Amino acid sequence: MMPDLGKYALEVNSSYAMSLLALAVITGLYVRRSRAVKRALAAQEAAQDA
Amino acid sequence: MNNRPIAPRFWDRFWRLANPKVFMGWSGRLLPWIAAAAALSLCTGLTWGYFLTPDDMRQGSTVKIIYLHVPAALMAINGYLLMFVGALVWLIRRQHVSVLAAKAAAPVGMVMTLIALATGAIWGQPMWGTYWVWDPRLTSFLILFLFYVGYIALWAAIEDEDTAADLTSVLAIVGAVFAMLSRYAVLFWNQGLHQGTTVTVADGAKQENISNVFFQPLLLSMAGFGLLFLTLLLVGTRMEVRSRRLKVLQARERME
Repeated sequence: MMPDLGKYALEVNSSYAMSLLALAVITGLYVRRSRAVKRALAAQEAAQDA
Repeated sequence: MNNRPIAPRFWDRFWRLANPKVFMGWSGRLLPWIAAAAALSLCTGLTWGYFLTPDDMRQGSTVKIIYLHVPAALMAINGYLLMFVGALVWLIRRQHVSVLAAKAAAPVGMVMTLIALATGAIWGQPMWGTYWVWDPRLTSFLILFLFYVGYIALWAAIEDEDTAADLTSVLAIVGAVFAMLSRYAVLFWNQGLHQGTTVTVADGAKQENISNVFFQPLLLSMAGFGLLFLTLLLVGTRMEVRSRRLKVLQARERME
């Protein structure tokens, strides 16, 4: 159930939307880059072992 | 029998935690638990704050912005102080993991500073009648944001990793002054619109704590932001350690 935010609904909702989006973007970027580097390192190590 | 005093043995073990191989071991084991605790506390704190807290008598529903603004500002300052410690450890002891942790902390700290600035501006408009004033705390926070941007840009601009680590460490130490300034600006310059610390509002002899109705979800949100920061710090540092090893292996391959 949505709370009644009255005349400040835009301010409160935009604050939450913007902040959650920023946190989601930075988390997504870190996880994605981390996986890419892990894969690249595994491939490099495998190539050197071969 | 080992007759060495206890304190040096403790420090030996402590610094061994920063050995890249040892770090990858313990951080890998801790990471899922910290990430789960971050998700749980952040979701609970923000849901509680947004859905289940009443409006403030003076600020109306805008008080709900506190659950984003205060934890983000807290992590913006503490993130930079963490970079300061990482930079000092690098300059004194040449521990790679410490400077890589500082490098990993910077983008997260920058996002926290951005959230604090943006939510502060959105909150400021209905309460102060303006999005921005050149208030000591707001201004020092803007400078802190610019230090974060400068630190990230400096890392990207220098190719040699150790030179980049040295120069960014100096910048981190200089910027730490602004991190402290943004924390205590209200006390140094008794002017401006921004209030003092939120959790305990000191007004001369009178000391007023915020009501428990607002304080409990705020505490949970602060824990959530802190744990999320720690999660991303560990993910980022592990990524930097791997990236560094990858570069070493690639360089070795080129030389063969």
